[in-house]
Amino acid sequence: MSSYVAPLKDMLFVINELAGLDAVAKLPGCEEVNAELTEAVLTEAAKFAQEVLEPLNRVGDKEGAKLADYKVTSPSGFKAAYKQYCEAGWNALGGLAEFGGQGLPHIVANPVQEMWNSSNMSFSLCPMLTSGVMEALGQHGSAEQLQRYMPQLNSGEWSGTMNLTEPQAGSDLAAIRARAIPEGDHYKISGTKIFITWGEHDMTDNIVHLVLARLPDAPEGVKGISLFVVPKFLINADGSLGARNDLKCISIEHKLGIHASPTCVMQYGDAGGAVGYLVGEANRGLEYMFTMMNHARLAVGLEGVAIAERAYQHALEYAKTRVQGREVGQRGGDRVTIIHHPDVRRMLMHMKSQIEAMRALAYMSAAILDKAKHHTDVAEKRRNQALIDLLIPVVKAWCTEQCVEIASTGVQIHGGMGFVEETGAAQYLRDARITTIYEGTTGIQANDLVGRKVGYEKGATALAVIAEMRKTVAALGSDIAGSFKPLSAAVDALEAATHWIVETFPRNPNAVFAVAVPYLKLFGTVGGGWMMARAAKAVQKKRAQPGADTAFLDAKLATARFYCEHVLPQAAAYQQTVMSGADSVMALAESQF
Amino acid sequence: MKVLVTAKRVIDPYVKVRVKSDGTGVETANIKMTINPFCEIAVEQAVRMKEAGIVTEIVVVSIGPLQCQETIRTAMAMGADRGILVETAEEVQPLAVAKVLKAIVEKEQPRLVIMGKQAIDDDSNQCGQMLAALLGWPQATHISNVTLNGDSAEITREIDGGLEKLTVKVPAVVTADLRLNEPRYVTLPNIMKAKKKPLENIKPDALGVDIKPRLKTLKVAEPASRSAGVKVADVAELVAKLKNEARVI
Repeated sequence: MSSYVAPLKDMLFVINELAGLDAVAKLPGCEEVNAELTEAVLTEAAKFAQEVLEPLNRVGDKEGAKLADYKVTSPSGFKAAYKQYCEAGWNALGGLAEFGGQGLPHIVANPVQEMWNSSNMSFSLCPMLTSGVMEALGQHGSAEQLQRYMPQLNSGEWSGTMNLTEPQAGSDLAAIRARAIPEGDHYKISGTKIFITWGEHDMTDNIVHLVLARLPDAPEGVKGISLFVVPKFLINADGSLGARNDLKCISIEHKLGIHASPTCVMQYGDAGGAVGYLVGEANRGLEYMFTMMNHARLAVGLEGVAIAERAYQHALEYAKTRVQGREVGQRGGDRVTIIHHPDVRRMLMHMKSQIEAMRALAYMSAAILDKAKHHTDVAEKRRNQALIDLLIPVVKAWCTEQCVEIASTGVQIHGGMGFVEETGAAQYLRDARITTIYEGTTGIQANDLVGRKVGYEKGATALAVIAEMRKTVAALGSDIAGSFKPLSAAVDALEAATHWIVETFPRNPNAVFAVAVPYLKLFGTVGGGWMMARAAKAVQKKRAQPGADTAFLDAKLATARFYCEHVLPQAAAYQQTVMSGADSVMALAESQF
Repeated sequence: MKVLVTAKRVIDPYVKVRVKSDGTGVETANIKMTINPFCEIAVEQAVRMKEAGIVTEIVVVSIGPLQCQETIRTAMAMGADRGILVETAEEVQPLAVAKVLKAIVEKEQPRLVIMGKQAIDDDSNQCGQMLAALLGWPQATHISNVTLNGDSAEITREIDGGLEKLTVKVPAVVTADLRLNEPRYVTLPNIMKAKKKPLENIKPDALGVDIKPRLKTLKVAEPASRSAGVKVADVAELVAKLKNEARVI
């Protein structure tokens, strides 16, 4: 059984060389950040992830969260670990400084999140949801609401949840039915919400639920949904906890993965209505939810990177210790560990090369998100916002889709033992499976990419990114340019497919949506290649420096070459599917299925 | 009361140590380094004493290359108040360490020096003892408990036969064993604060200490790999082998 070791070298390489920590550190509000601090934060977070969270991952998977009498009990050790997590101040990593947060930018916070997720994704979902609530309240809550909830959310004393989904309203939130009836200074909330992550648990004194519901006079559809803050325990004027609110967890789901994370069915208003307070203005709830969507979707993309990394480490350890067979072409001699076998190598390289590309794309997006948030130059701010809006669906869907495939390859490397739960490889595959679904499925992400992003703006930002890719290719030194020939071809493929999307979208949107996922995968695959080319360029620069870590840098270069030769050729196939595969998707009549 | 603690930068205990191909030492370039775990225990002890109101100031010292600043920052994130780096790129052997520390003790005038019992890289287990001797102070090594009572300290030491209890007069040098405490996880706010704590950088020359090595390393090599075991037929054969081959009984 392997144990998690945070890939600090690669993380720091990506942060400093590819995502551009220096540029983020120059932004107002980020002045405290520098390479030394980032390394110190990551080093201590790694220790905590490895020593406290990782040992609970199996425990959580086996025990799962338990429900009895409307109360959820977290698996053994989770409560104590959560307390330690909060005491060490990790919960406040990205929070607003005026409420006790450290206000560190995404470029520092996201790698730390990757570690939490690699070591224990179920656990990490609880603080992730809390930070989502802080983001939403921070942007749209009243001064009084901020005072009331933010300090305890920042410290982790209270956790937060998002209550969007209802049985009939999944991806289509327009169908929400939960009701909010005005009563004095508050509202009475009633209805059923499902899929509420950490909706009820024993790790905190109070839980702050953000709930989407309709006012009695609300218009139909998405424009009639309001956002409410509904605490589990009401809060007295002096800040102490008061009466239990009229809400309860009536069931938790039995799931394929993330067993330790309670996925709750929340019932509001059985005894007349839960007390809730309107956040911002009425009927703008969905719009408020969308303002934090980039942040939340990037976080799930990072879960993809994180689980893929963990599955890789687990498979690598097995490949280095499992003795089976002799080296190809050898007749006698000792039996060898399976890492000596070419196909096992290929699988490991496939995992490693994609993880490094995914990580680079995700961290670069984190830096862009920081610039979109903090940049003082209006044009730069807008450029970065357009860039992040385009990249988010790619990072979310591509990193998680690849993660499922990588975790599956992790099982494959274990052979029959991978199919056996005791080996531990299966948990990563099971945990990975949710990431392509929640926070917008891959299909939803792809529709967002081809519709709201590439289609509506006629490919402007996508083509600007493609131009950047070409610049990277052109700037590669002659000694490595040969290895990156497949990247040129892949960028051509992406450009051709992008033009096709732009041209087809106005006249035949159905055709575009039919091939939206292959287009998104094309974008991710080529974007990953772009990152690997930038990594290769950085390697060339760093390798010439005295004391260079040649083992790491040479491995990076070889990994980039593998990506070019084994992953990038898929770009041409995706392009072909995008440009000529739409008709067959819709060819059958419904009755022919 | 002021306490001086030491923090050596060593190869991370989870890293597999490799001997350099030319046999001059072990590979340290581009390898993850960390604070020596016994030094970490020493820092933790000082911080606990400060939290208990016994200690007023904790000064942490490291000797070595500029990167030792990171080690000092770690100790300051744990709770040390300020740091001193004695910067040198040379090999620093135990006697040189003791001499440097003596110079710093004379300058800083702490009432107690807490060190790790040894560093996990060369396992010398000498610096604390040498420093006490150079200062003419009492020493208590391999301690698993310490309680300060005015001008003396009640000590529990871990020795082969069990635990030894003794009292030392302060000022004294004590060295921490594994069970003295369990170091805390550094908190995020303290990492941020550590950045702003004062860190002084001085050279051994400025202290008037000659750190030239007295010992010459001839060769560093990997230990011989273990050969396979053998099955013995009975107790008599086992005893015979222990007597004649292993020569341990």
